[in-house]
Amino acid sequence: MLHQVIDRRLSGKNKSIGNRERFLRRYRDQIRDAVRKAVGDRSIRDIEDGTDITLPKRDVSEPVFSHGPGGTREMVHPGNQEYVRGDRIPRPQGGGAGGSGSGASPDGTGEDDFVFRITREEFMNYFFDDLALPRLIRTQLLADAPEWKTRRAGFVSEGNPTSLHVVRSMRVALGRRIAMGGDARVELRRLEEHLEQISKLDHTPAAEIAALQEEIQLLRERLKRVPFLDPFDLRYRNRVREPLPTSKAAMFCLMDVSGSMDEARKDLAKRFFILLYLFLTRHYQQTDVIFIRHHTQAAEVTEDEFFHATESGGTVVSSALTLMHEIIRERYLGSEWNIYGAQASDGDNWQQDSSKCRELLDNKLLPLVRYFAYVQVADEDQNLWEEYTRVRDANPHFAMQKIVTPAQIFPVFRDLFKKSVTPAS
Amino acid sequence: MNTATDDRIKSKRLASPSDWTFDLIELYFNEIRRTAQSFGLDTYPVQLELISAEQMLDAYASVGMPVNYRHWSFGKQFIASEKNYRRGHMGLAYEIVINSDPCIAYLMEENTMPMQALVMAHACFGHNSFFKGNYLFRMWTDASSIIDYLVYAKSYISECEERHGIDAVEELLDACHALMHYGVDRYRRPQKISMVEEEMRRKDREAYLQQQVNDMWRTLPKTAGKQSKKEHRRFPEEPQENLLYFIEKNAPLLEPWQREIVRIVRKIAQYFYPQRQTQVMNEGWATFWHYTLLNDMYDQGLLSDGFLIEILSSHTNVVFQPPVTHPGYSGINPYALGFNMFTDLRRICEKPTDEDRQWFPEIAGTDWRKTLDYAMRHFKDESFIGQYLSPNMMREFRLFSIVDDSTQKELEVAAIHDDSGYRRVREALSKQYDLGTREPNIQVWNVNLRGDRSLTLRHSRHNDRPLDNGAEEVVKHVARLWGFRVRLESVDSHDRVLQHWEVTPVPQQHH
Repeated sequence: MLHQVIDRRLSGKNKSIGNRERFLRRYRDQIRDAVRKAVGDRSIRDIEDGTDITLPKRDVSEPVFSHGPGGTREMVHPGNQEYVRGDRIPRPQGGGAGGSGSGASPDGTGEDDFVFRITREEFMNYFFDDLALPRLIRTQLLADAPEWKTRRAGFVSEGNPTSLHVVRSMRVALGRRIAMGGDARVELRRLEEHLEQISKLDHTPAAEIAALQEEIQLLRERLKRVPFLDPFDLRYRNRVREPLPTSKAAMFCLMDVSGSMDEARKDLAKRFFILLYLFLTRHYQQTDVIFIRHHTQAAEVTEDEFFHATESGGTVVSSALTLMHEIIRERYLGSEWNIYGAQASDGDNWQQDSSKCRELLDNKLLPLVRYFAYVQVADEDQNLWEEYTRVRDANPHFAMQKIVTPAQIFPVFRDLFKKSVTPAS
Repeated sequence: MNTATDDRIKSKRLASPSDWTFDLIELYFNEIRRTAQSFGLDTYPVQLELISAEQMLDAYASVGMPVNYRHWSFGKQFIASEKNYRRGHMGLAYEIVINSDPCIAYLMEENTMPMQALVMAHACFGHNSFFKGNYLFRMWTDASSIIDYLVYAKSYISECEERHGIDAVEELLDACHALMHYGVDRYRRPQKISMVEEEMRRKDREAYLQQQVNDMWRTLPKTAGKQSKKEHRRFPEEPQENLLYFIEKNAPLLEPWQREIVRIVRKIAQYFYPQRQTQVMNEGWATFWHYTLLNDMYDQGLLSDGFLIEILSSHTNVVFQPPVTHPGYSGINPYALGFNMFTDLRRICEKPTDEDRQWFPEIAGTDWRKTLDYAMRHFKDESFIGQYLSPNMMREFRLFSIVDDSTQKELEVAAIHDDSGYRRVREALSKQYDLGTREPNIQVWNVNLRGDRSLTLRHSRHNDRPLDNGAEEVVKHVARLWGFRVRLESVDSHDRVLQHWEVTPVPQQHH
């Protein structure tokens, strides 16, 4: 009897990945909701972790015909200890004693949830699923365009082994062999015919035949030396890289760190920016993020300082806007840049400064940016909020929202960055 | 035992480290095969495949088959078993064996050498010989072509997904899966399935079928004179139990590719049909043989004590039957029942008591190998229990039968393991394994050919057991396939309709 042992351990592990994807795809909406709910009560540190997703069992069940409760059924069980024929037993709660083969009735009792875990990567994908930078424009071809697309462009004689084109190479080799051996072959054929003729004649001197044979031998050897395949023959597929129209974007994060921002408010602002930062780094690799924090003065800081350093003082909001404008003029001037601003503050500002902020936005910044979002991490309407309301009424690409509790961060964030149906202008 | 025999035995003993190697697996396989042959087991050739735990999870998810089409429900299965495995809620089965020729058996990398020996004896000789010998498998499945057919199914369905969209195919498969248990022929032998044949004949079949269907639904006005005669032609003339087959052949709106997918699901359901009817026998047979083979090898001096003890400890776990009062009780363990029945059968042959002679006059004292072989070949769970469950077994398991009549306030003990109860218990247990009573009996009753084309399914109640409310979801699936209104009625023995569901399908948009 024939048998064989096959070691499959190294071949094809994740055969079920495709089926798993089908499953996730089918329950996409529910999973997305679950992910968003999960993020609501997380601290800054583990925003990015994976999570358990719970789906109601009813939703994932596959219906089949089965018997419901009622009627008469007879079941055999093992392990009888005390009963004799005719005994009556009170009906146990929760569907039939044991209830094995007869398809334990899915009548609502004992229904639990289908719980499973998704990875960190999947989690973030679901989380940012329908978000996008608003009004992003793919600018024209750029000289230093960072995005490339490769496409095939004929064949070349140099390349790496993986792109070797075997058929082409063999065709060239065949051509070369024909070309290199052509003369010799014609000559060889002529000599062979000649040899055949003269060897039929009796009076041909042996020396002549020998000379002919030697010549034929030489020719044959020469033909043999024509290589079957020469490095010269090899042809490789050629791929060229073409620049693509790309989007270059810069996001300005402006955060108020003045004394009026207490720990809770700072935490709200930071969580908002962390979300924004995760979103940008995940979806827009080519994005510059500029961190500006301000009290009475504004300063450009590193990511680390932005999120972790503590500093405080009075409040002059316009200082941050002025600095943003300066940085744009220095580094991001030009039509190729998509510029975004996101600002978080408690709305507390030096009295005269708020109207200045409005002017700065109206006249200088908003004409330069694609989108500007303002988030107020306090509930009371102060003068900055009033001034900004006027800005919003005049500018469609200015948005403002309030965040008072951590639970609001995510809805507000989604609202600010949801994919718009209308194409970017 | 004198020292000379002792030495001889020692020199024969196979190496028994706990880690396996390929050489050891070969060595053990050959010894087990030799022993199995000495017992006259007839098997398909074997292909052993070593796999990792992850791959075992993969195999779980696609109902144990090495290839299968893609469907979210397999993904769900995978996610669930992966989670349970990772959290340690569930051990993996030690083996999966596929009814194919050659018989494919998976050995898991994590198993120790004694476990691998156990698995080989269990799967490669127990299950394998059952697949080859049992009449249901011989009649209904074609071991040589199942893998080919699954390859064909997988590629055909993925082709459909490309052409018609994942959603359309998924919806169709969902509907077919809901009816999978109603997609088998119980009495007729289906045609053999093979990839070559399928591929060659599919196109013809599609065209022909479509033509047949169209003909049935012909809407041309009939000539006035002939009209009244055929007024009461019933369709189908007799109730049909194979719902999927009926839909494949007669559903008016299905496209040819959809009919083909219905057919694929139906064929696969048919392939699994014998397995669902022989669980006790199949597992019992395999367990009986791993136990018998490995003990015999121990008696030959091939296995060390430690080796056998590890095997026996697993064996004992497998055949453990918790009593009904046990918190972990979840019905009768098919391994326990099957193993004990075959063991008991051997006892009846070898050491019959007076009781056995009275109950089993034709087998008591006969050659046990022949008797067991006959039992394995010609029965399914229902008839096997009906034929061979002995009073001795019923006493050993302390079986008792409980009647649950919903009109009564209390359950009643109908029979226990005593003289007056043996036959009743045996009959009740046998019925418990009859798919016909386990699953609701639902058949195609009528199609309104001349009116709204609605389809009526009829559930005939057995022992007044009603249908579960989940039936409505299934009827929705049927309506999706049928394309017109579908009605399911549940009738009692006097043809009174006690429950009914009706679903009118939402008109489908054609892309």
